[in-house]
Amino acid sequence: MNLDFTPEEVAFREEVRNFIEANYPKHLGDTGLREDLSPEDFVAWHKVLGEKGWSVPAWPEQYGGTGWTPTQRYIWGEENARVNALMPLPFGVSMVGPVIYTFGNEEQKAQHLPGIRSGNVWWCQGYSEPGAGSDLASLKTTAVRDGDHYVINGQKTWTTLAQHADWGFFLCRTDPDAAKPQQGISFILVDMNTPGVEVRPIKLIDGGYEVNETWLTDVRVPVENLVGVENQGWTYAKFLLAHERSGIAGVARSKRGVEKLREIAGSEMLDGEPLMSDFDFARKVSQLEIDLAALEITELRTLAGEQAGKGPGPESSILKIKGTEIQQRLTELTLEAVGSYGTPLYGSIADNGSNEYPVGPEYAQHAASTYFNMRKTSIYGGSNEIQRNIITKMILGL
Amino acid sequence: MDFNFTEEQEMVRDGLSRLVRENYDWDARRGVIESEAGWRPEIWAQLAELGILGMPFSEADGGFGGGPVDAMVVMEEFGKGLVVEPFVSTVVCAGGFFKHAGSDAQKEEHIGGIVDGSRIFAFAYAEPRGRYDYADLETTAKKDGSGYVLNGHKAVVVGAPWATHLVVTARTSGARRDRDGVSVFVVDKSAAGVVTRDYPTVDGRHASEVYLENVSVPAEALIGDEGSGLPLIERVTDEAIAAQCAEACGAMKVAHTMTVEYSRQRRQFGVPIGSFQVLQHRMVDMYTEYEQAVSLTYLATLKLDAAERERKLAVSAAKVRIGQAAHYVGQDAIQIHGGMGMTDEMAIGSYFKRLTIFDSEFGNVDHHMKRHIALS
Repeated sequence: MNLDFTPEEVAFREEVRNFIEANYPKHLGDTGLREDLSPEDFVAWHKVLGEKGWSVPAWPEQYGGTGWTPTQRYIWGEENARVNALMPLPFGVSMVGPVIYTFGNEEQKAQHLPGIRSGNVWWCQGYSEPGAGSDLASLKTTAVRDGDHYVINGQKTWTTLAQHADWGFFLCRTDPDAAKPQQGISFILVDMNTPGVEVRPIKLIDGGYEVNETWLTDVRVPVENLVGVENQGWTYAKFLLAHERSGIAGVARSKRGVEKLREIAGSEMLDGEPLMSDFDFARKVSQLEIDLAALEITELRTLAGEQAGKGPGPESSILKIKGTEIQQRLTELTLEAVGSYGTPLYGSIADNGSNEYPVGPEYAQHAASTYFNMRKTSIYGGSNEIQRNIITKMILGL
Repeated sequence: MDFNFTEEQEMVRDGLSRLVRENYDWDARRGVIESEAGWRPEIWAQLAELGILGMPFSEADGGFGGGPVDAMVVMEEFGKGLVVEPFVSTVVCAGGFFKHAGSDAQKEEHIGGIVDGSRIFAFAYAEPRGRYDYADLETTAKKDGSGYVLNGHKAVVVGAPWATHLVVTARTSGARRDRDGVSVFVVDKSAAGVVTRDYPTVDGRHASEVYLENVSVPAEALIGDEGSGLPLIERVTDEAIAAQCAEACGAMKVAHTMTVEYSRQRRQFGVPIGSFQVLQHRMVDMYTEYEQAVSLTYLATLKLDAAERERKLAVSAAKVRIGQAAHYVGQDAIQIHGGMGMTDEMAIGSYFKRLTIFDSEFGNVDHHMKRHIALS
């Protein structure tokens, strides 16, 4: 057992670092909040990677994966986090893509996988409903067979960035009489331009628009868009959620966040000294780094297990719980570091190029809104309470 | 020992509770904080009429002879409604400076205006590089004839967009961070050289960056003695902290009540989520945090007129513990509300944001923990 990188891995790091430096779209800079981004910004890096053949490293090689080892994927993640790269959105690459290549038919693979790889097709996720959050299996959206179509009716919510989506994957009830709520659910792909699909924005507490309500009214979808077997959608949904959870740890990004926090706390002054040299504050930053180190090795162990043929199992819930706790703590400490300048509502302060005085240091501008926004992470992707229930049941056997 | 409120205090509470209920429901508040003005002068006039603005001043000064406990009652009700009007900066801070150290002429000139609602104050003490140290000042006040000339930049001055006057801290002598050499001035906001950049805050209030560019003030603008303002600032800000602790208690109470209510209404897995023990215990912990916060708010409030060390220990204890409680209660309120707690459609997010910012005013948890350690 060792943590050393092989000479090949060191060379690989060099290669990807050079590629990122040469090709990462300069105009994206060190991206702050998602609200500032255009739809083109979101997919800019994805498209570059698509052309290079690196947009879906974790996929099997036959579907366009890179064949990288878990260690190489880890290096790839780290190198991207170094420049705070805006990575491909997960909805296609990490969520529906694996479902399609695992459970879809050849036509579906041929139709959808290329667009996911290239970044030309934007996907969104239609899972949660107003009455079905943690209790996802109680979802009420129906898909009723009518000739060679399904007719879908219902309301989805928290559909992230659906305002830009071309396609969505939806969980719909196809057998209302099934014995258990988990039975009778189907996994259906929906062209978001189909008549009857309506996306309405939801404003969040940080002031941003990143999630939506998606209303489906008599939406007619060809039966060819059913993935896998009718009424077996729950199995695919669970498969997908486990994939979502492993990506959710966000280790590399949090490491970059800690570096930024150290920079900020090096600029902020307390009693004429940098805040970072204050023991009380330094202790909290170190605590965060220690927790992050534990999470990082845990994630590597999970990746190694995956490589050895074990799918991401219930232990990926640990990654979700600790990963989101660390992300939240990081943003909380960043807000603490900036002191009074966490208070202004920067989104409403016009940067009209006038010669008016600026408000606070630039690094303070996203501190509060990011902290507010990151409260979502312990709620989405299966709330952290649900993750604990999963561990209780699947690992403790209680 | 007596933890009861007087009949007058109960009347004040009832009156304010009605005012908040009738005029400060969440939609009304939202409309106001998103408006250009950002506050309601008519609410301020109502507070003047109810005698709230004059409560903490002695009858000799034109007030109604109330004390810290009265301010606590007021602030708790304000916290329940997330009232944005500048009571702390005007009545507690500016009022406190004049009450404790104002000359007869200053009291005459300013307290009457505070009581009748015509003078609004903001307290400009924070600076971009001073963090929470009131003596870490780059703003200077230089003697010029009989008066002073002020220069400097004051950060995040809450309530300044609405203020007619500012109370400004500045260094009249000594080196940066010296305890001696700090002075307090009252400055007419319309004075030449006062430049402000106004903006809303994440917790629904409004604030300004205040730039003082060769602002000339007369000798009479000095509050208290030149160069020995720090103990006065510490006393007044301790009073402001006690008031804001009461506000945080009010906000936590409502956040907790809303969360319990939501857990009764929201059903998942066929039952209200409030029936899950894991959430029940979290809501019990929120309640316990709130009750501890109330206790330390009482302690801080009742020690405001005690000897300096005793006062500071009590106030720092309250600020530490309530800073922690405010984070805890706010975060759990959002978590238990789930996705709905993240939306701008529900009031709970506003309580969470106010409870977040509470910590960074007048010294955060770490700052007051250090002060507590230094005095223990």
